[in-house]
Amino acid sequence: MSKLVGLMASAAILAVSASLASAQDTIKIGVTQPLTGAFAASGNYVAQGAKIAEDEINAAGGVLGKKIQLIIEDNKSNPTEAVSTVEKLIQRDKVPVLMGAWSSTLTLAVMPKLEEYKVPMVVETSSSGKITTSGNPYVFRISPTSAMEAKAFQPLVAKMGIKKADFLYTNNDFGIGSGAEFSKMLKENGVQVGVMETMDPKANDFSAQLAKIRASGGDTLFVTTAVEQLTLILKQAKEQQLKVRIISCGGSNSPDQLIEQAGDAANGSFHTVFFTPWFTEVTKNPDASKRYMDEWKKRGHHVGGLTEGFRGYDGIYVAVAAIKAAGKPDPEAIRAALWNVQVKGVYGDIHFIKQGPAGKESAQNEPAVYLVTITDGKVAKTTF
Amino acid sequence: MDQLAQHLLNATILGGTYALLGIGLTLIFGIMRVVNFTHGELYAFGAYCMYALVMLLGVNFFLALPMAIMLGVALGATIEMLLLGRLRGADIDTTMLVMIGAWIAMQNTEQWLWSGVAHSINNPFPAEPLILGPLSVSWNRVYVVVVALLLIAATYYLVNRTRLGKAMRATFQDRQTAALMGIRIDRIHTATFALGSGLAAAAGALLGPIFFVAPTMGDLAAAKAFAIVILGGLGSITGATLGGFILAFVEELGAGYISSGYRDAMGFLLIILILLVKPTGLFARKERIG
Repeated sequence: MSKLVGLMASAAILAVSASLASAQDTIKIGVTQPLTGAFAASGNYVAQGAKIAEDEINAAGGVLGKKIQLIIEDNKSNPTEAVSTVEKLIQRDKVPVLMGAWSSTLTLAVMPKLEEYKVPMVVETSSSGKITTSGNPYVFRISPTSAMEAKAFQPLVAKMGIKKADFLYTNNDFGIGSGAEFSKMLKENGVQVGVMETMDPKANDFSAQLAKIRASGGDTLFVTTAVEQLTLILKQAKEQQLKVRIISCGGSNSPDQLIEQAGDAANGSFHTVFFTPWFTEVTKNPDASKRYMDEWKKRGHHVGGLTEGFRGYDGIYVAVAAIKAAGKPDPEAIRAALWNVQVKGVYGDIHFIKQGPAGKESAQNEPAVYLVTITDGKVAKTTF
Repeated sequence: MDQLAQHLLNATILGGTYALLGIGLTLIFGIMRVVNFTHGELYAFGAYCMYALVMLLGVNFFLALPMAIMLGVALGATIEMLLLGRLRGADIDTTMLVMIGAWIAMQNTEQWLWSGVAHSINNPFPAEPLILGPLSVSWNRVYVVVVALLLIAATYYLVNRTRLGKAMRATFQDRQTAALMGIRIDRIHTATFALGSGLAAAAGALLGPIFFVAPTMGDLAAAKAFAIVILGGLGSITGATLGGFILAFVEELGAGYISSGYRDAMGFLLIILILLVKPTGLFARKERIG
């Protein structure tokens, strides 16, 4: 028994010294993503994109003469777990900068911890307006807000001939925020808004909501959720003969995965995306897009994840640009440096503008928003 | 009017699947009195078997179902012999803790084997739904309900009309007397748990192709199954069947006419109401525990 304890103790000492050694050799970046649970597909794609950036940056010599090391934690699509992962990354791994946490609800849950420990976080996906308007100066968001997305959509309302719209969105900060911004924008443009239906983020049967939407009789249905629920909604809408135009918002719709998993039911649907791997010529930095896509395909990652993985890819480049500008892996110096970064990313030319209450502003990027459609099992440009 | 009819049709279809979830658990939780936290994992196991058989090995869709059920039965028997066999006569808390451990271990194994990303299973049914006037329903869902009702009827017959069923009921009414009468109670324990597990795997194998397959899919299924069993009364197959349909109607109509945001809360609100009026559930006889 005592021998066993001794062995375990020496193993523990070895483990500690190993982690000390790596702490000196590398600069750590903490990543919290939903690798399991309701948003697992998207979270894994973002982590895969982040790893591509890590390898590229290290192959090019790293930053400040050291290699970077991503420490990726699984927040299990659960806000409580998300807080624990951030606590662990900051307290135990001593990361000077974070990237996360995919869903708006997860990001909002970890934000108080950023303020408590004074560590900045690059927000790569979340869209809820609250994230950058609640006065948290440690938030640097590179993804568009729901309000930006709705504004970008506005010119299409008349062109698409939308007269009456119904809504179906997931019952969390992402869905509620998107539903509120889009319905507001539509009403301002003279569109009648029918029913606003919600669904639990874990739910997989939407028959009741779809029957109600069919009875409402709108011409367009706006859906906001991640790809898993969206797949089921497209399939179940077809089963229930809901013959309306379906538009998905939020950019986490992975159209290629929809084609693969929803099949025929995906045809005729529209999707807002923030990156267009099908026609990179329309993106602002086709070189960055191409570099990222080539490596993604070389690694054999799922093609459906391209529209999600770039978020993690860009997020790591932004964090590393700030570390370089700061000149040292120190949270406060990185926070200050983030305000001035200029990254030619897949999201476009990433730079931050101020949002939220004066004196405690959060940082917000202004990326492009695209609308694509699925016809005959292929993603196509919209022609309005 | 069309909306109401569509809601009622949806609820009937959903109810069949809920009933199937409920009866497997009512055997284990209701009759054996094992608070079975692995029920949801057996549901997920059935769905993953279906995925592996149909999508990876190319087995015929209809043949894969009985194979998935048999694998579920085998896994259930293994869990019973390895874990519960050592805990005969142990108090309910000890058993519960062991089952919670098994649940976590199984879910993490699924995650490790299959990753956290959801998979979908193709089905051979026509893509166009079955259209009944203004109503419509997918062929796959019709198939699920028909098979579910057949499985429920078979279970009812087995428990209430066969010698094995009689031995099961005797064993869990009074172990010692049953043993004295020559019933091999160890085997009955294993058989009952395996049967309940097979039904959970059947539910997963049937519903996997309709929804998708993911390691955490069992959590929601288990929560619904416990609700259905408590609603219907412990150990009653009729109760679990009706409980499943009642839950489906409450959820569907609640979401349709009150608020879809509270769809999953409706069922639990109903349970609180029913337990206030009838603390043993709808169909269980009065009894003393402990």
